[in-house]
Amino acid sequence: MAAVIETRGLVKRFGSVTALDGLDLSVEEGEVHGFLGPNGAGKSTTIRILLGLLRSDSGTARVLGKDPWADSTEIHRHLAYVPGDVTLWPNLTGGEVIDLLGRLRGGLDPTRRADLIERFELDPTKKGRSYSKGNRQKVALVAALSGDVPLLILDEPTAGLDPLMERVFQDELRARRAQGLTVLLSSHILSEVERAAERVSIVRAGRIVDSGTLADLRHLTRTQVAATVAEPLAPQRLRELPGVHDVAVDGDRVTFSVDTGHIGAAIAVLDRAGLTTLTSTPPSLEDLFLAHYDEAAAGR
Amino acid sequence: MSAYTGTGQLLRLAWRRDRLLIPVTVATLTALSVGSAQATMALYPTDQAAVEGLGGILSNPAVSAMYGPVVVNRGGLSVFKTVMLGAVFLGILTHALVRRHTRVEEEEGRFELIGAGVVGRRAPLTAAVVLALLTSIVTAALSVAGLAALGLAPAGSVAFGVTWLIAGVVMTGVAALAAQLTTSARAASGLGLGTLGAIFLVRAVGDTQANAGVLSWISPLGWVGQVRPYGANRLWVLALALALLAGCLGVAFALLQRRDLGSGLLPARPGRATAAASLRSPLALAWRVDRATILGWSVTYAVLAVVVGNLVKSIADMADQPQVAEMLRKLGGTAGLLTDIYFATELRFCAAGGAAAGIVLAVRLATEERVGRTEPLLAAAVSRPRLYVARLLLALALPTLLMTVVGLVAGLVAAAADVAGPSPLELTLAAWATLPAVWLLIGVGFAAYGLGQRWTAPVGWAALTVALVLGEFGPLLELPGWLVGLSPLDHLSQLPGGSFAAGPAIAMTVLAAVLAAGGAAAFRSRDIG
Ligand SMILES: Nc1ncnc2c1ncn2[C@@H]1O[C@H](COP(=O)(O)OP(=O)(O)OP(=O)(O)O)[C@@H](O)[C@H]1O
Ligand SMILES: [Mg+2]
Repeated sequence: MAAVIETRGLVKRFGSVTALDGLDLSVEEGEVHGFLGPNGAGKSTTIRILLGLLRSDSGTARVLGKDPWADSTEIHRHLAYVPGDVTLWPNLTGGEVIDLLGRLRGGLDPTRRADLIERFELDPTKKGRSYSKGNRQKVALVAALSGDVPLLILDEPTAGLDPLMERVFQDELRARRAQGLTVLLSSHILSEVERAAERVSIVRAGRIVDSGTLADLRHLTRTQVAATVAEPLAPQRLRELPGVHDVAVDGDRVTFSVDTGHIGAAIAVLDRAGLTTLTSTPPSLEDLFLAHYDEAAAGR
Repeated sequence: MSAYTGTGQLLRLAWRRDRLLIPVTVATLTALSVGSAQATMALYPTDQAAVEGLGGILSNPAVSAMYGPVVVNRGGLSVFKTVMLGAVFLGILTHALVRRHTRVEEEEGRFELIGAGVVGRRAPLTAAVVLALLTSIVTAALSVAGLAALGLAPAGSVAFGVTWLIAGVVMTGVAALAAQLTTSARAASGLGLGTLGAIFLVRAVGDTQANAGVLSWISPLGWVGQVRPYGANRLWVLALALALLAGCLGVAFALLQRRDLGSGLLPARPGRATAAASLRSPLALAWRVDRATILGWSVTYAVLAVVVGNLVKSIADMADQPQVAEMLRKLGGTAGLLTDIYFATELRFCAAGGAAAGIVLAVRLATEERVGRTEPLLAAAVSRPRLYVARLLLALALPTLLMTVVGLVAGLVAAAADVAGPSPLELTLAAWATLPAVWLLIGVGFAAYGLGQRWTAPVGWAALTVALVLGEFGPLLELPGWLVGLSPLDHLSQLPGGSFAAGPAIAMTVLAAVLAAGGAAAFRSRDIG
């Protein structure tokens, strides 16, 4: 599969601040790619370079096979963008903004526009200044999703949406992915990414620190196990197994965490001690994320 | 917590943000009043010399229309230019200060951040008003001290200070009220500066009537003239301004109490659910967003043109006065010469206003980028040159339209008055002859935008102010020729009446094009935001 977005060694400085420090990102055709990272990590900066709004100091970027700085107009005919903080023209209505942005991109699908406005419960006759934050966001979402483009770049698109509207967005994303759309989705809402994305990249201090499918990433982390056993179990029996950590035995209750690859051996030990109940919690994206964030905090 | 809690902190914050703008403007205004008075006094060492040298030429309606009534003695003549022009400048400054720290803050959402803290409901408006009033008082006080130090009568110098104070006080009130009445910073400045323009016109008409017409007393800018520094020294006129301020603030605070944050008095009406078929290009968007401004300027200029055209009658009548007839004979001209000079002067000021209109549009473009409205356009398939050129075309076309309106309408009105003077066609051509200088100033604004959105407003407005100050005061202050020559307004042909100097016009047009193109190139290669 071809990479729709590909960056190599992207560097961007703002005065003395290094926002991007050799960022390598790759988004493949037809995938929803989660783009995660703490505040100020460089997500929006990356996206704005991909849109040709900022010029990188070094490194290369390719979007749909073209250079986003040199060929931005050509590329933009084939993508739609939703910024994290939408500002509308105070005296234009939401409907006018949707039409304008669609036309400037090269057209939008009126049926899809009407359908989205209905599902997002958006009033298109209001003036820009009278929309709430969530409704401004909806205007940008409808404008982006009404088009017929193969690539969506979304920078925290659901910031300010209520849970119901977020679900509408998720449904729409799923439907569009089924049609082969590629999406770069920057977000702080992990459940959203977890539900929608096949692959994620985690950015920290301007570099990608982890990238892969959710399964890949989980592989590197630990599963929490809580069990009850019929016979007394010496903690040592578990501790001596490779990949098992934080063992605690309290009467018949046993808890520990285990590297995802070593879970089988640990369960076998429990089984020999007369396993009666077992809960195992795979690491959530949140755990993954927090692990990386903690490193960031420790590294500072 | 009282409604005023936090005013002091907000005042400090406002000062922190304006600590460059305020001192520079205050120093410039003081330098103008004191410098031009000093120059006049050096030229005319005695009262008699001043009256003989200037009194005759200056006591005429054309001068009064522009500068207000002239007090004919050495003191009055030393400040005749600065009274009204300085008052208008100071009025624009205080208006800008109040608007900037009220409506703009609210629109860009920073009020909410502050409003959620320990800040009373009335604190932001109070802080803005106090800042504007302090600025006016300091400016006036510095000029009073400077003029008195030159040896002018203290009472008259205080009266001079009062003229400026009146303008600062009135425009503070107007801006405070406009900020509450409107729903956007843009509308607030339209209303505020529109009021300033209107009271200037009313005053101009009033001041050209014999014996201070009633119109001079209706217009707060007319009050400025009625103080008559170094003449009647009517300090009490300040009380009128203070009363007006109190009235404006009373209404403004009452409105503030009733309306919601971010809203105005009138609820926003729903609009169309789909865009008009024509809304499909950056130019169409610019027109859609700025059309109210464009219409506002056009209507203002049409009214201005009627006033300018009407005044020609009083100008022509003056040719019969012995003093003026004597002067005309010396210059080898007729009554037609007098009206030509009158129109040429008015057109210069109209041209400066036209440049201001274009710079307003350039600054708009910068604001759009700053608040994040340029990004979605560029992220759609709009190229940067296309966006830039659309705005540039509109900004160049607007003053072109305005000058056409002024030339044509004033010409037609003057023709109807049946006095010796230029025909409508001649006057329209004369108005067009100012356009290269106008375009050049707008080109400076766009070049600054090309370098970065944050430079647009300071560079654009500074260019216009410097051009006006050099053109208007340069010769009086005996500044070196090359310095005065930096002002595009210095290179305008003396039209109507004189001959069209093609050289400077072509040079300025080419320079404007170079600046605009340079701005486009810079805009292409810089970061957005
Ligand atoms: N125009 C700018 N001028 C100076 N510094 C900037 C500018 N834009 C971004 N930065 C800096 O670059 C870094 C990356 O910012 P960026 O907006 O890309 O972060 P982000 O990952 O999108 O964060 P968030 O999750 O808060 O949106 C930050 O340190 C920020 O302060
Ligand atoms: Mg961001």
